[in-house]
Amino acid sequence: MASPPLDGTKFARVLSRDPDAFGAITGREEEWRFTPLYRLRGLHDGTAVVDGTITVDGAFETIGPDHPLVGSALVPADKPSALAMRDFKEGQLVTVDGELTEPITLQVKGSGETSYGHVVIDAKPFSKAVVVLDHTGTGTHVGAVEVLVGDSADITLVSVQDWDDDAVHLSAQAARVGRDARFKSVVVTFGGDLVRLNPTVTYAGPGGDAELLGLAFADTKQHLEHRLLVEHTVPNCKSRVTYKTAAQGVEAHTVWIGDVVIRKEATGTDTYELNRNLLLSDEARADSVPNLEIETGEIAGAGHASATGRFDEQQLFYLQSRGITEGEARRMVVRGFFHEVVQQVGIPALEERLDAAIEKELA
Amino acid sequence: MSTLEIRDLSVSVEAKQILAGVNLTIKAGETHAIMGPNGSGKSTLAYSIAGHPKYTVTGGSVTLDGQDVLAMSVDERARAGLFLAMQYPVEVPGVTVSNFLRTAASAVRGEAPALRLWVKEQKEAMAALEMDPAFASRNVNEGFSGGEKKRHEILQLELLKPKIAILDETDSGLDVDALRVVSEGVNRVRATGETGTLLITHYTRILKYIVPDFVHVFAGGKVVEEGGKELADELEANGYAKYVGAAAI
Repeated sequence: MASPPLDGTKFARVLSRDPDAFGAITGREEEWRFTPLYRLRGLHDGTAVVDGTITVDGAFETIGPDHPLVGSALVPADKPSALAMRDFKEGQLVTVDGELTEPITLQVKGSGETSYGHVVIDAKPFSKAVVVLDHTGTGTHVGAVEVLVGDSADITLVSVQDWDDDAVHLSAQAARVGRDARFKSVVVTFGGDLVRLNPTVTYAGPGGDAELLGLAFADTKQHLEHRLLVEHTVPNCKSRVTYKTAAQGVEAHTVWIGDVVIRKEATGTDTYELNRNLLLSDEARADSVPNLEIETGEIAGAGHASATGRFDEQQLFYLQSRGITEGEARRMVVRGFFHEVVQQVGIPALEERLDAAIEKELA
Repeated sequence: MSTLEIRDLSVSVEAKQILAGVNLTIKAGETHAIMGPNGSGKSTLAYSIAGHPKYTVTGGSVTLDGQDVLAMSVDERARAGLFLAMQYPVEVPGVTVSNFLRTAASAVRGEAPALRLWVKEQKEAMAALEMDPAFASRNVNEGFSGGEKKRHEILQLELLKPKIAILDETDSGLDVDALRVVSEGVNRVRATGETGTLLITHYTRILKYIVPDFVHVFAGGKVVEEGGKELADELEANGYAKYVGAAAI
C-alpha cells in the first residue's frame, strides 16, 4: 500500500481500492456530516448510473485502471472514490521530464453526463512544471488526481473548478512528495452545485515541501467542500496550508477540514495551516475544522489558525467615505481578502481570471 | 464658494441623544476649530456629517451649497465634496494604499486620473508629507503607526481636494515632528482657499500650527460659545470646567 495507514490516530479510516470494503454512507460519519448527500445524485450509495464521458483536451497518454501508476499515490478513502478508480474508462497520464517553462493544461469539460475520470501526473526526479486542470461545463463527475512528485522535482498543480451552477464534482487529489521535492497545490473553486475535493499529501522521503493553497467562493445554494489531509511520516518535511473562502446568499456553504498528522518517525516536521472564511450575507454559512495530531515532540513547528468573520461594516464605511460606491467597496474588500492567497499563486493569468470571477460573483 | 450649513442638528446613538441642536456654518477658505471635553459629542458631529450608519439624525438639517447632505449615502457625500479625516482609520487587508488612493480619486473626480499624471501627483503629495515611497505598496492602515495613519489621512485630503474637510482629532497620537508635517499639509489645503476646514480637537496643541479663524466650544452636544482664536488661548488657561457646568444646567 502506497499510503501509510492512519491506524492509531484520530484520522483512522478505511483505505482500499475495493468498493465493497466501505459501508453505506449515512451522513452521520464524520467525513460526510457536512455534505448534503441528497445532492450527490446517487454517487454515495452506488445507485448512480455512471455511463457517460467527460472531454479532456491536452497532451497526455490515455490509461485505464490497470495501469501500474494508478493507485501509487492514492488509496481510496471512500466508496465513490473506490468505484471511480475501479471503473473509469479513460484516464490521462501526464509525464513531466525536465524543466518546463509553459504550463501543461488539461481542459476537462463536462456535457451533462455522469462520468468517472482519473489523472496521473508522473513527475520525474529533478523535473519542474505547472500543471493546470481546468474543469468547466456541467455533469456529475468523480475524478481522481494522483501526483507523483519525483525526488527533487518541483510541481505545481492548479485545479480550477469553474463548473456551471448545476455540476456535481467529487475529487480525491493525492500527492506523493519525493525526497527534497516541492509540491504546490492551488485549488480554485467557484462553480458547481456541489464540489467536494479531498487533497491529500504524503511524503516518500525526507526534505519534502508541500504548499496547499485554496480559494473558494460559494454563491446561493452552492456547497463547496475542501477536506485536506497531510500525513507527516518521514523526518524533516514541511507543509503549509492556506485556504480562504467567501460565501454569499441563501444556502451558500463552504466547508474546510484541515487534518494534519505528525507520526512518531516524522521528527523535524514544520507545519502550519490557516483557514479564513468571509460571510458576505446573513444566510451564508462556513464550517471550519482544523485537526492536528502530533506523536512526537521533536518537531520544528506545528500550528493552525481558523477564523470565520462577517463582512466588516467599518471597512465599508471607510471606503465609502472616500467616494467609493458600496458595490466597488465590497469588491475591494473581497479581493483584498483573497489577495493573500492570490499573491502566493504566482500565475498572472489565473489571478486575472480570479478577479473576473470575484467581479461576477459580486455583480 | 462652497458652504456647509448645519442647522439644529440632533443625533442619537441607540436611542440616546448625543447632539442637541447644533448650528454651524463653514465656508470655503475658513478654518473652524471645535473644542470640547471628552464625551461632548464632537466625534458624533463628524461621523453624522459623514453618514456613519451608527448615528441616527432625529432633527435638523445639513446642507452643502443648498444640497441636502442627510439624504445622501456615505459615498455620495464624499463625491459631493465632504471629507472626514478619521481619528481611528480602518485597516483594509489586501488593499494597497496606491490602489485605494487611485480608486478614491477616480470616484471623487468622476473619472480615473491619467496614470502617468497620477503617479506623479501621488509621489509629490507623499513627498510633501515626508512619506517613504514604499508606503504606497502597503495595505491600507495595516500595521501603520499612529503617525503613519494620520499622514495617510492628510494625504487623502490633499489628493481628494474636498469642499469641506472635517478633521477628527487629527492631532491625537502624534509626536511633535508628525504634528508639524500633518499641520503643514492641512495649511497647504487651506492656502488654496477652496476648502473649508472643521478641526475637531480636545487640545489646543494643534492650533499653534493651524491657526483657526473661528473657535467653537462644544459641550453637552451643542455649541455653547463662539469666538476667534483668542478663545482657544482662554481654554488653554482655564480648561472646560465652566462649560461642562453650564451644559449640565
